[in-house]
Amino acid sequence: MSETIRITIDQQTLQVQAGSTILQAARQAGIDIPTICYHDYCTANGLCRICVVEVEGARTLQPACVAQVHDGMVIYTRSERVLRSRRTILEMLASSVDLSEAPEIQTMLQQYHSDSHRFPDAEVRHPPVIDDNPMYIRDYAKCILCWRCVQVCAEDAQYTFAINFSGRGYETQISTFYEISMPESSCVFCGQCVGVCPTGALKPKRQWLLEMGYTPDDIMNLTRSQRQRRKRREEAAARTE
Amino acid sequence: MLKAEKVVPTTCPYCGVGCNLELHVRDDFIYKVTSPFNSVVNHGNLCVKGRFGFDFIYNQERITTPLIRKQPQKPGQRTQAFDRSEWREVSWDEALDYTADRLVEIYQRDGSNAMAVYCCAKATNEDNYLLQKFFRAVFRTNNVDHCTRLCHAASVVALQMAIGSAAMSNTAAEVKDCDVFILTGSNPTENHPIIALQMKAAVQKYGAKLIVVDPRRIEMVNYATLYLPIRPGSDVPVFSAMAHVILKENLYNRQFIEQRTENFEAFAASMEKFTPEFAEQISGVDRQLIIEAARMYATARNGAIFWALGIPESTHGTANALSLINLALLTGQVGRKGTGLNPLRGQNNVQGASDSGAMPWHYPGYQAVDNEENARRWEEAWHIEPGGLNRQRGLTTTEILAAVHPGGVRALYIMGENPMMSEPNLNHTRKKMEELEFLVAQDLFINESGAFADVFLPATSWAEKDGTFTNTDRRVQRVRQVIPPRGQSRPDWEIICDLAKRVENRLNRAHSAYWNYRHPSEILEEMARYVPDYAGIRYDRIEKVGLQTPVPTLDHSGTPYLYGERFPRGRAKFHPLEYTPNAEMPDEEYPLVLSTGRVLEHWHGGTLTRHSWMDDLFPEALMDIHPADAARLGVRDGSPVRVTSRRGSIVLRAKVTTKTNIGVVFIPFHFREAAANLLTTDAVDPQAKIPEYKAAVVRVTPASDEELTAAVESQPRGRY
Repeated sequence: MSETIRITIDQQTLQVQAGSTILQAARQAGIDIPTICYHDYCTANGLCRICVVEVEGARTLQPACVAQVHDGMVIYTRSERVLRSRRTILEMLASSVDLSEAPEIQTMLQQYHSDSHRFPDAEVRHPPVIDDNPMYIRDYAKCILCWRCVQVCAEDAQYTFAINFSGRGYETQISTFYEISMPESSCVFCGQCVGVCPTGALKPKRQWLLEMGYTPDDIMNLTRSQRQRRKRREEAAARTE
Repeated sequence: MLKAEKVVPTTCPYCGVGCNLELHVRDDFIYKVTSPFNSVVNHGNLCVKGRFGFDFIYNQERITTPLIRKQPQKPGQRTQAFDRSEWREVSWDEALDYTADRLVEIYQRDGSNAMAVYCCAKATNEDNYLLQKFFRAVFRTNNVDHCTRLCHAASVVALQMAIGSAAMSNTAAEVKDCDVFILTGSNPTENHPIIALQMKAAVQKYGAKLIVVDPRRIEMVNYATLYLPIRPGSDVPVFSAMAHVILKENLYNRQFIEQRTENFEAFAASMEKFTPEFAEQISGVDRQLIIEAARMYATARNGAIFWALGIPESTHGTANALSLINLALLTGQVGRKGTGLNPLRGQNNVQGASDSGAMPWHYPGYQAVDNEENARRWEEAWHIEPGGLNRQRGLTTTEILAAVHPGGVRALYIMGENPMMSEPNLNHTRKKMEELEFLVAQDLFINESGAFADVFLPATSWAEKDGTFTNTDRRVQRVRQVIPPRGQSRPDWEIICDLAKRVENRLNRAHSAYWNYRHPSEILEEMARYVPDYAGIRYDRIEKVGLQTPVPTLDHSGTPYLYGERFPRGRAKFHPLEYTPNAEMPDEEYPLVLSTGRVLEHWHGGTLTRHSWMDDLFPEALMDIHPADAARLGVRDGSPVRVTSRRGSIVLRAKVTTKTNIGVVFIPFHFREAAANLLTTDAVDPQAKIPEYKAAVVRVTPASDEELTAAVESQPRGRY
């Protein structure tokens, strides 16, 4: 395990542990590689491809979050090809997803001089907000399909398997099975998904209500059950009068 | 997008796991909760209560002004007042003077034995230390207890008898280092959700084998290699039969037994009768499963046992826990990383409240009250004349209420507890509450117990005060003030100090026991001076990461697992065991066994979670019943049923599910509309005084919709 190998990243030669990913090796060298779908405490999947780097001898760009280093590897993290690829990924995301609550991606858009309107004919996804439970809301207009929520709902944390991808291609969306409501699904409302969402697509309901302009007093008026009970009490009182 | 004005790290106030939280606040409103992913306790994971369950702080029914009952209450005719119109809003001065006057009047007339207090496993170490100090130093009584009596008391007693200390021996996260672990009387996916995640990962990622021994087919059974579906109350036969097999097949750890234990011969002889055949007959578990479980546990490199309230909450709870301890001693599966004896503590601070002396037989640090040397030490600590402290063991939680009568307990002070939901046989509890001469409630809401009170002292929630909690694996962690106290509410420790001073003045005490703390950190320092396990704990040492007790010195880095070198009592002691049936066994009239417990979305008596949106997720009591029993009784899923025991009767909807086994029904005890504890028996374990919550016999009959007292629209629920 402790075997070390030599690699070169952006002309800098360094010793790293065999089996490291390019991302880990770069961090060790103090070189910043941007990530979106990657999360330190989730299994890396190489889905968003923002972390791609150029590797000498490789035909395609390599996702740094999953690609492992090998001895003598020569890596370029900021070549023209890499930058163009990242810029395009960001432009495509911006063309179809509401990134207004993803400050890290916003910063990347600026850093890579991306043109958010490069694809003016792109169809913006705007599914309605799903408000089907008292704990959190799902606003998939903001979802970039990073898959973190699915992973923490599964083997990365909760082993609950309430959500997964549904649909294919452009129609892909995170969903419960057969799009049943969260309370009907196996969801236990742990909110691990909310904790790892990078774009504000998943949000605590109270935060969402606050953002919509409700005051804490409005929000906290009563629980649904209390409202129901009060209503029934009033109805019963009306009946007896 | 909403930006937090501040993000404050603190510790979760719900269960014993003690998850690290970050509260996001704007305009004093906690709108979001996250958890640091590098937390050693919960690695960024939370459960529904920890992430979304804190809105009770802002609930409009919360009491934030001191209240005194308009109608003076008389013993025997005390009534419940839930409505605010039955109370008068008063100033803190008036409320505390009135409380002090009444307490002093009763103390001077009837003496120490008339005074009693329920401390609170939800409150901080500092709050509990002070409240027991108040009653011991000022009222000279040891009638001090808290809900540990209703929860792990038998585990504590058994561990004290066998080992000499009563806490989880290992760190919860060490479960990934186990090869084999036994889970019994515990439903961690609902009650210790984050430990459940670690257990699932231990099985799925680290290859551990899980043995579940439980009368309910809990979710963890899906991850188990072996599942032993025992009948309620057959724990001693099953675990002793495992010991029997281990002895017969020479799978025991001779070296460990010789070097570290005593009383092996007597124990081994008593195991002779616990054959797998006998255990099968009592428990209904296939003998082959018992033999396999014994072999698997005994031959594991690292084997651990995790248990919760299914073990202690029994009239033979101490024996149940001893049967587990015997197994660990027999195989030497204790005192190393990834092994151990691990009672999962329920409340966020039940370990801490016990450590802080909120118990009738012990000063802080488990120092026996009937030991002269201990009493002298605390007399010095609290500036009391020699001989001033009461040397007699006090009454336990259940005994305190039983002793409410003229000449017995007259005044009761309740901080944060709700005996009118959590005590067994509530009809009896109600009579006893009515008998009280004076009752103080210190809480957030007027709950079923507070409604009986003469005076209500509005306390702050955990988010409005500083302090420490000690979690189930003995980690002392910081609780931080995040928002200012709501309304006029005050932190528990401040209320206690203010009241104690007023009482001391009225009693003309020559020396004050000292109540002039400026900050809770000074309270913990006082406790640390006299409790060796806490000697090295200071607030500045636990700012970022909590320390696991024992922490004997200021440079000690804490103790992840216990008993590596020696047991606190020297050699651990084997205990011979006998089989005793439950206090009640099923018969023709009451053919089903009722087990009670919690669900994921609620907390105990419901004072907090039923004032939260959590109540929307799980708004009404449901009784789990097996499809075979349901079919026999003509009960459909969702239909109302009447459940009757020898003590009471409730009506609620049935949930037909294989989550419970044939012959066993399960009802959570959070719902006052169908309070499970109206049915439970107040028969107690003779040693630990813990009631048998897990085995009352009942009769189930179909009921009509009209009989449902507070029906709500049915809430769909798909989780296990």
